[in-house]
Amino acid sequence: MKNQSLISINDFTREEHIRILNLAGAFEKQPRQKILEDYVVATLFFEPSTRTRLSFESAATRLGARVIGFSDSSSSSVTKGESLRDTILTISNYCDIIVMRHPKEGSARFASEVASVPIINAGDGANQHPTQTLLDMYSIRKTQGSLDNLNVAFVGDLKYGRTVHSLVQALCNYNTTFHLVSPLELKLPSSIKMSIKERNLEYTQSTELQEVIPQVDILYMTRIQKERFADPLDYEKVKNTYVLRNSMLEGAKPNLKIMHPLPRVNEITTDVDSNPMAYYFTQALNGVFVRQALLATILGVVE
Amino acid sequence: MEKEILRKELKVSAIENGTVIDHIPSGSVFQVIKILNLTEYQDQLLIATNLDSQKMGKKGIIKVSNKFFKSDEINKIALVAPTATLIIIRNFAVIEKKNVEVPDYAENIVRCFNPNCITNNEDVSTKFTVIDKKDLKLRCHYCEKITARKNIAFR
Repeated sequence: MKNQSLISINDFTREEHIRILNLAGAFEKQPRQKILEDYVVATLFFEPSTRTRLSFESAATRLGARVIGFSDSSSSSVTKGESLRDTILTISNYCDIIVMRHPKEGSARFASEVASVPIINAGDGANQHPTQTLLDMYSIRKTQGSLDNLNVAFVGDLKYGRTVHSLVQALCNYNTTFHLVSPLELKLPSSIKMSIKERNLEYTQSTELQEVIPQVDILYMTRIQKERFADPLDYEKVKNTYVLRNSMLEGAKPNLKIMHPLPRVNEITTDVDSNPMAYYFTQALNGVFVRQALLATILGVVE
Repeated sequence: MEKEILRKELKVSAIENGTVIDHIPSGSVFQVIKILNLTEYQDQLLIATNLDSQKMGKKGIIKVSNKFFKSDEINKIALVAPTATLIIIRNFAVIEKKNVEVPDYAENIVRCFNPNCITNNEDVSTKFTVIDKKDLKLRCHYCEKITARKNIAFR
């Protein structure tokens, strides 16, 4: 995996995913190790994503690396009309690895073909965000002890959320039973559902959140965005249907954990936060360990 | 008797040298012409469509004088006219007949249907893996979206 770019979750095998998760566990025990002191990490954010950028920069800095980069394209030469190709070719000269977020789908794959250093995709439009998927897998494994044979519910916008798409595809390797809860307008696309069917995995599909809660080990909440609806009335009809309140968790399994890729708006009420089942902020912390594992592995400082 | 003779008569005249593209689906004839850049062709070009065909019901045929296609051009034909056969003619004689085959990969032929794909926004050659040759589904190497037959457009 040394010098190998990470663009899509499918670029790494199941065994490689496990190696990253195991290494992330080691960094969780010892997050401050100066193993990247001689390295420069470039974070190129062609569109802003404060959370993801800071998580990467925290991971790199805790390992002793220097971080250079920009946080949105208005502060880069993109505004002068420079092509992505030229930007990547130039910045490749200044660093050992590039972490990039870009609004166009496929931009990270293209960058990995022109760059002389490895690329980590931190989100390319609606396409892929593999480090989010790995941190989700890490969080699931850590809280449930294993990734195998779990009941996982995905709730909210299953149509447009790339986080959901990638995680569903990754979990298809682990005999997961899926519970897909969404408004009819925001159902999981058939291309993703195909991955579930190809593996002959069980799944349920419904519009009701409450009824799946007692059945699942992981409740993965997502935000429903108003702009996804052609008719604002349709949004008004469903907006309160997919809000998780603490009272709804009474019949839940004791091992249930609630996850959310964040930012949350109103889909989880704040009274859930103090419930030990709430895991979304720890999930974000886990992202730092997973990104440390990826940086160290791809830069070749750990086996 | 007269009817019998008429039936055997060629609907499109023979060419001396060049390529005959036969068994084109009738609806794809003009697409094939466009893909092969034949609209500006300066030599003799014979085009017929909606001809009766035992094999396909209706078919189209294109005869291109003094033109012998390269393999990457043949690939392009296969994407819109997978049933097409190519017949190489020299001195009015058939030298070679071959079927076109949908390729496993298509490089810089098809345009990605996703407007937000990097290939539609920067100077990047398109690359596709053909994941379904029968229904024609191509997965973009970059944005990973699937371009299906109904969305297909050429560069």
